[in-house]
Order: sequence, then C-alpha cells, then structure tokens
Amino acid sequence: MKYVDEFRDGELARLLAATIAAEVQPGRTYHLMEFCGGHTHAIFRYGLPDLLPANIRLIHGAGCPVCVLPIARLDMAMALAKHPDVILCTYGDMLRVPGSGRTSLLKIRAEGNDVRMVYSPADCIRIAQQNPDKQVVFFAIGFETTTPPTAVVIEQASRLQLPNLSVFCNHVLTPAAMHGILDTRSSGEAVRIDGFIGPAYVSTVIGSDPYEPFPAQYGTPVVIAGFEPLDVLQAVLMLVRQLNDGRCEVENEFTRAVTHSGNHKAKAVVEQVFELRDTFEWRGLGFMPNSALQIREQYRALDAEYRFAGLLQQHADQLSRLPQDNKACECPQVLRGLKNPRDCKLFDNPCTPDNPLGSCMVSSEGACAAYYQYGRVKDRIPAVTVAPTVTEA
Amino acid sequence: MCLAIPVQIEQIHDEFSAIANIGGLKKEINIALVDDLQVGDYVILHVGFALKKLDEEEALRTLALFAEMGIDVPAELASDAELPGTGEVVS
Ligand code: SF4
Repeated sequence: MKYVDEFRDGELARLLAATIAAEVQPGRTYHLMEFCGGHTHAIFRYGLPDLLPANIRLIHGAGCPVCVLPIARLDMAMALAKHPDVILCTYGDMLRVPGSGRTSLLKIRAEGNDVRMVYSPADCIRIAQQNPDKQVVFFAIGFETTTPPTAVVIEQASRLQLPNLSVFCNHVLTPAAMHGILDTRSSGEAVRIDGFIGPAYVSTVIGSDPYEPFPAQYGTPVVIAGFEPLDVLQAVLMLVRQLNDGRCEVENEFTRAVTHSGNHKAKAVVEQVFELRDTFEWRGLGFMPNSALQIREQYRALDAEYRFAGLLQQHADQLSRLPQDNKACECPQVLRGLKNPRDCKLFDNPCTPDNPLGSCMVSSEGACAAYYQYGRVKDRIPAVTVAPTVTEA
Repeated sequence: MCLAIPVQIEQIHDEFSAIANIGGLKKEINIALVDDLQVGDYVILHVGFALKKLDEEEALRTLALFAEMGIDVPAELASDAELPGTGEVVS
C-alpha cells in the first residue's frame, strides 16, 4: 500500500537502527516518551525495542484515549445507557473497559440495554433518524484527531434539528497531558523524559506549533513522527542527535502530513462547536485545568450532560456506594510512564485483553495490551534479546 | 481506535462525501474536514473522516532522508552480527 509499505522497509530499518547505535554516546541513556497510542502499538508490533541499542529507553505515555478516560466518566456513560429510552453509541474499544462495580458497557448491553458500537460518529445521525422514538447519545472520546469528526456531527445535527441526538463529550487535549506529565515530574515523582516522540495524527490537526512550549519551558525536545516503523526510528535518531548536539527544539519527521499550523478547516469546526473545560479528570494524571473540551452554549441542546442532567445527578449520588477501580491495577502509573505493564501483579494473570481489569489492557494502543500482544515472551530487559520479531498479517 | 490509515480517493460526490479505496475495498468516507481534494489524492482516514491530505513530495523527501542515513553507516556496523533484530520489519 502506498505511504505504508515503503515506510516499513526492513533493510532501511536495520540501517537506521545501526546509525542510531553508532551515534548514541556510551554511558548515556536516552529516555524518550512516545505520546501516542499508535506509536506504542507500532513500537511493539515491529519489535523496535529489539532493534535499538540498550541505552535507548522508550517510555509509553498517556496517549491512548480509551486508557486516559477516568472511571467516573465511563460510569456516567453506563448510567445513560441504562435509561430505557437511550441508545448509547460509542467506539468499539470503549465497550470492554471495566467501570465501577465490575461492569462494562458490554455487560450492560448483555442485560438488554441498547448499546451500539459505531465505526464513525456520522453513523449516529443515521441511527437517530431511524429511531425517532429513542434518544441517541454519542459517547464521544478521543484526542484532537477524533474531535473534528464529532464537531462535524454536532454541527450537522444542529442544522438538521435532530431532536433525539445528543453527545456526551469527553474530548481531551494532547499538549495539556504532556504538560501534566512533565509537571508531575517536577513535583517529585521522577519519570525521566529526555525527549518526546510527538504524536502523528493529532499533529496533522493541531500542527507542530503547539509543541513549542516544551523545549522553551521544560528544555524537552519534541520530534513529531509518523506511525510507521521507519518514522519512529528516524524520530529516535533525530532526538538522539538533538541531545548529543545540546540542541532542544521541535522537529517534524512527519512532514508528509504535518505542517506548522495543522488543518485549518478541522480546527475551525472544533472552535465553532467546542470550548475549553475549566478542568477535567484524566486517569493517572488527575484533574488538569484546560485539558479538555465541552460543547459551546450555542449547541447546548445537543449536550447530553445538559439533556440528562437530572439522571446524571441521581447517578452521582448512587455511585459513592459502588466499589471503585481495581486497586491493584497500575494503569495510573503506567500512563505516567512510572511503571512498566510487567510491573503490575495482575498483568497476564488474570488481566488479559479478553478479561481486561484496567483500561490499558483494552485498546491495542494501550501499553498493557501492546505488551501482552507483542512483548509477553520477551526478556525483562528489552534490546538484549534477539527474540524473533512478531509479525502480523 | 486511534489507528488511522492512508487511503486513496476514487470518486468525489460533493464537499461531504467521497468514495475511497481502502486496501482494495471501496467505502464511502466523509471529506468535510479537508479542502481541495481531487480524485487520486491520498488522505489519512480516521473514524470515517478524511483528516489530512498526504503530501507526495514530502513523503519522497522523507524516504530520501532514510536512504541517506543508510549510506552514512559504516559497512562493518551494518553487518554487525550482534545487532539484534535482523531486519524483520514486516507488515
Ligand atoms: S495489566 Fe491490567 S490491571 Fe495491570 S495495569 Fe495493566 S490494565 Fe491495569
């Protein structure tokens, strides 16, 4: 496939890795955090840790949208789904995330509630039109990539004056979470980050400019990388070179899709429909100011948090009586880069993708799921074993 | 769900909808977020929406950069048997 195969060339990958190995300074370790679930997935799928020298440490950040959604918001979605008039629509990965009281949207669906997996938020418009006597709620999650499609759907529903569609908005902002991780670092919980591998598709929308504060404020370089293995290796090399040269800047490896200012049309519709939330909770990072979006007043008729305010309040009152997160689950630490999935006592037994006990085991972009799928049989210290690279058709 | 893929535009209906070739499958996609699309263009597809047009010149430039990297590597390093993962980066 064009734009895919040529960025997966095995020979070039080996040469890039050899260049990296030749350029890293002995006695120095390079702690690089990738901030994108897609990168986490690519790194494991192509066995990149095995290609890289041992002093390159890849740390997985909070870039998986399913993983960072806090239980409280998932519980709210489940409360909406239990309403007999509601059809709750969301992306497939969300269905399996465990919420409070050991339940999930999948279990709630099995109990007879109408929960539907959608491939695109645009499907919700059709479902609303086909079910005029039902309330269709789109449980919207995701970073800056998923937000513009939701905005288009809200704008369209508003124009169509669809009375029975609303959106439960949980869209969050990547740069805010990167700030959050660097801020927890300064507050004493030491996760060392020498550089960021900047997200691919998020950056196609927001551009490279929003990352400028990271070199300026924190002295942390950022290299935006595409999703394919050669992209990630190239970004690692670019970061190594910056660190070796004592440079600290935003560089862009993914120039075929990322510009300085991003996709103006997408940013405009997001700006039209959404505004900043004062504060929002992230799994692992806690409440962070200005880190998420809410629906603007002009579109409030389509905001599920307003349409179902009474029901959500009732639910909030009941919730305090339910058992909370699985205490032994280390997702919060995994999301901050403080722990490796293998450090979790539940990893592999009993927590698996078929029986996820935490959000990081659900989506293929979650660090736990990626470790489970591609890294389980490997040695604890990556890059010293020559395990066969796991491949996928 | 974050996984997005490059697909080729085969037919444009109007400013909202187009038919894309997704690994041989034809599928209707929403193109409301991208301006100036033409048949034959490649876009990044995410949750049913085209998110960004891919720039062919830039793609070629990046690939050229990879190739350059390779040439800089001393031959003995490239063939160093101790290097893990002998190139099995397969799709
Ligand atoms: S292995 Fe399971 S329980 Fe442990 S941190 Fe990951 S998701 Fe949570």
